[in-house]
Amino acid sequence: MSETPLIDARGLVKRFGDFTAVDHLDVQVQPGEAFGFLGPNGAGKTSTMRMIACVSQRDGGALSVLGMDPATEGSAIRARLGVVPQDDTLDLELTVRDNVLIYGRYFGLSRAETRRRADELLEFVQLTDRRDDRVDALSGGMRRRLTIARSLVNQPELVLLDEPTTGLDPQARHLVWERLYRLKRSGATLVLTTHYMDEAEQLCDRLVIMDGGRIVAEGSPRALIDRHSTRDVVELRFADEHAQHAALARLEQVGERREVLPDRVLVYTADGDADVERLTSDGPHPESLLVRRSTLEDVFLTLTGRSLEE
Amino acid sequence: MSAPLALRVVEHEAQVFKRFWRGTLFGYVLNPLLYLAALGFGLGSLITENQGEVAGLPYVEFVAPGLMAAAAMQAAAADSLWPVMAGMKWIRWYHGMVATPLRPRDVYTGSVAWTAMRAGLGATVFLVVAALLGAIPSAWGVLAIPSAALTAAGFAAMLAAYAATQEVDLRFPLIMRLGILPLFLVSGTFFPIDQLPGWLQVCAWASPLWHGVELCRASTTGMLEAVDLAHLAFLVGFLWVGWLWGIRSFDARLTA
Amino acid sequence: MSALFLHVVERDFLAYKRMWLVFLSGFAEPVFFLLSIGVGVGELVGDVHVGGETVSYQAFVAPALLAVSAMNGAVFDTTFNFFFKYKYSKSFDAMLATPLGPTDVAMGELTWALLRGTIYSTAFFALLLAFGLVASPWAVLAVPVAMLIGFAFAGAGMAATTWMRSFVDFDYVGIVLIPLFLFSATFFPISEYPTGLQIVVRCTPLYQGVALERSLILGDVSWALLGHACYLAVMGVVGLWVAGRRLGRLLQP
Ligand SMILES: Nc1ncnc2c1ncn2[C@@H]1O[C@H](COP(=O)(O)OP(=O)(O)OP(=O)(O)O)[C@@H](O)[C@H]1O
Ligand SMILES: [Mg+2]
Repeated sequence: MSETPLIDARGLVKRFGDFTAVDHLDVQVQPGEAFGFLGPNGAGKTSTMRMIACVSQRDGGALSVLGMDPATEGSAIRARLGVVPQDDTLDLELTVRDNVLIYGRYFGLSRAETRRRADELLEFVQLTDRRDDRVDALSGGMRRRLTIARSLVNQPELVLLDEPTTGLDPQARHLVWERLYRLKRSGATLVLTTHYMDEAEQLCDRLVIMDGGRIVAEGSPRALIDRHSTRDVVELRFADEHAQHAALARLEQVGERREVLPDRVLVYTADGDADVERLTSDGPHPESLLVRRSTLEDVFLTLTGRSLEE
Repeated sequence: MSAPLALRVVEHEAQVFKRFWRGTLFGYVLNPLLYLAALGFGLGSLITENQGEVAGLPYVEFVAPGLMAAAAMQAAAADSLWPVMAGMKWIRWYHGMVATPLRPRDVYTGSVAWTAMRAGLGATVFLVVAALLGAIPSAWGVLAIPSAALTAAGFAAMLAAYAATQEVDLRFPLIMRLGILPLFLVSGTFFPIDQLPGWLQVCAWASPLWHGVELCRASTTGMLEAVDLAHLAFLVGFLWVGWLWGIRSFDARLTA
Repeated sequence: MSALFLHVVERDFLAYKRMWLVFLSGFAEPVFFLLSIGVGVGELVGDVHVGGETVSYQAFVAPALLAVSAMNGAVFDTTFNFFFKYKYSKSFDAMLATPLGPTDVAMGELTWALLRGTIYSTAFFALLLAFGLVASPWAVLAVPVAMLIGFAFAGAGMAATTWMRSFVDFDYVGIVLIPLFLFSATFFPISEYPTGLQIVVRCTPLYQGVALERSLILGDVSWALLGHACYLAVMGVVGLWVAGRRLGRLLQP
C-alpha cells in the first residue's frame, strides 16, 4: 500500500497481571477507512481501543498512531483523536452544552470556536432542545449521542468508537449509523468495535474478528462471509432434543456443513431453497424452518465454534 | 403493625454494620471524646483558672453531656442523609427491600430505629470513658444514654424524611453546614444559652439539640427536675412529627 | 507541561456555577466557630497570655481558625472530591481522552483547591479586620500563609488519596483531621500541655500553620516562623511528588 497507515500495531500486547487480554495483535488501518473490531465479551476489543486512544500503556509490541508513538507522544496524538468510550464518561455535574464546551476547551480550542462547534454538534446529534438539561436527566441513547457529539468537537482525523450503539433502540441506532456514515464521507477515519453483525456490515469497509485477545479472521464483511461461510443458511428448530437428535442423520445428507446448537440446527448450503424442498418432501419435521443469507455471525460460529452474542 | 417488619430492616442494617463499624465508632464515640479532651480538659483548665465554674459546674462536667447529645445529633444527621440517598438512588437497596413484604414505612422506621440504636451504643461507650475520666459526677448519668438516643432518633427521622424527597445530594452539605453545625455550636453545648443575645436564645429554645443537651446534662449531673419532662416531651414531639413526614415521603418515593 | 491544566480549573468553575450556595456555605464554617467558640466560650475563658502579651480569647482563636479552614478546604478537595472524580464520576476519564495528561489533571485540581481556599481565606480575613481582631501589619501575610497551608495539605491529601480503595477508607481522613483541628494549639495555648506532649504538638503540621497565622496576625514575629513555613513547603512538595509518581499508573491502567 502506498499510504502510511494511521494505526499500525505489530505484536501488540496488553496484560492485566498474569492475564493476557490482547495477545500479539497485528492491525493496520488506512486513512479514510472504516475499520471494525468484532468479537464476543472479553475478546480484548476495549483493551485494544484504549491503547490506541493513548489512555492505557501497552505491555509489548510496537504501536504507532498517526505516525507517532503513544508511549511518548500521547498528548499530541490525543489532540487529533475523537474517542467514544464503551461507558459514557459524561460530566454529570454539567449541562449537555457545557459538556461539549468544556471538552473543547480541554483541546485548547478558543471559547468562540467551541461555542460554535458545540451548537453545530448538538444539532448534528439532534440534542439542541436538551442543551440546558443536566446530563442526569438524559436517556441512555441521548447520552450516547452526546458522547459522540463531544468526541467530534476537535474535528478529529481519527474517531475511535467502542460499541457506539450498544443499548440504543433501533431508531437511535439508525440515527447514529447515519451520522457516522456522513462523518466517514467527510473524510474521517473510523475505528469501531461492536457485537452487532449488522452494524459491522453496514459501517465497516474492513474488519477483524477477535477472540481471546487474538485475531481469528480479517477482511471485508463480504469477503469474510464468502471465505468462511456458504451463501445460505437453513435454520431448523425442533420440538425437543429427542426430535432434534433423531433428525440429525437425515440432515447429514443436505448442505455442506452443519452446526448443532442447543436450541437449533444450522445447515450451511449454497442453495437454501433447494435444500428446503428436499427436506420437507421426506421428513424430518421441524417446528420451524427458516432460510436466510449467511452473516458475520455464521463466520464467527464457523471460526470459533461459539456464538457471538452469549 | 410496622414494628416487627421494621425489625428485619434493623437486622439488615446490622449486617452491613459489620463492614462499616469504624465510621460509627468515629462519629459517635471518638469524635466527642476528642472534643472532651481538647475543650473539656484543655480549655477547661484555662476556664477554671480564669473564671471558676460554669453554670455551677466544673467546665468539663458542663461540656461532657453537651458533647454526648451533640455527637448523637451530628452522626445521626450524616447517617440519615447520604445513606438514605444511597438506598433510594445510588445503590438502591431500599428497592430490594420493598420488593418483599416490607413496606416503605417499615424500611424507614427500621433505619431510624437502627440509627438510634447506634447512637445509644456510642453514647454508652462515651459515657463510660467520660465517667472514668471523672467528667460524669452522678450515677443518674445512665439516663443520658436514652436521651442521646432519642435526640439522634429525632434528627434521623426528620432528615431521612427529607432525604427521601431529594433527587440529588446537592443540598446535603448545606444542611450540615448551615443547619447542623450552628445547632451544634449554639445549643448550650459549649456555653450556657443565657449568654446568647435575646433573639438567639429564643432560637435555641426551638433547637431540639438544646432539649437533648439539657436532658443529658440533667442526667449526668444528677439534677433532674420537673422541667426535664418538658424537654422530653419536646424531643418526643420532634420525633413524632419527623416520623409522620417520613412514612409519607418514603411511601411516595418508594412506590413511585 | 503546558497551560492546558487551566482548563481543568475552568471545568470546576463551570460545575460550581450551578452550586454557588454550596460554594458560599464553605465560608460559613470558620465564621460559626469564631462566633460561638470565640465569642461564647471566650466569655468563659476571659483573656489569654501568648508570647508575653495578653489578648482576648477571640483574638487568640481567630488566626487558628484561619489556618484550620485552609487545611480543611484543601484536604476535602484533594481527598473526597478528588477520589469521587477519579473513581465514580467519569470526569477524569473524559479529560484523559484529550491532550490533558495525569499531571495536568492533578495540577488543575490542585490549582482549583488553592484558588477556592484563597477566596475563603480572604473573606475570613476581611471579617477579622472588620471585628478588629488584627493587631499587626504583618497580617498582610496571613492570606499568603493560608495558601501555603492549603498547598501543604493539598499535597499530603492527594498523596493519601492514591492509596484509598473505597469511601470507607476516608474514615481515616477524619481520624487524622479532627485531632489536628483540636490539638494544634487551636483553642488553648501550647503551654497548657505537659512538656512531653508539647514536643509532639510542635511536630504536627497544622501546628506550624496555627503558629504562623497567630504570630503574624498578633504581631509576635520572629525568625522561627521561617522554620514553620519551610516545614509546610516541604510537606506540600513531598506530597505532590509522591502523588505525581503514583497517579499516572492509577489514572491510566
Ligand atoms: N482493568 C482491568 N483489570 C483486569 N482485567 C481487565 C481489565 N480490563 C479488562 N480486563 C480483562 O481483559 C479482558 C478483555 O477485556 P476487554 O474489556 O478488552 O474486552 P472487550 O472485548 O471489550 O469485551 P466487551 O465486549 O465485554 O466490552 C477481559 O477478560 C477482562 O476481564
Ligand atoms: Mg469492550
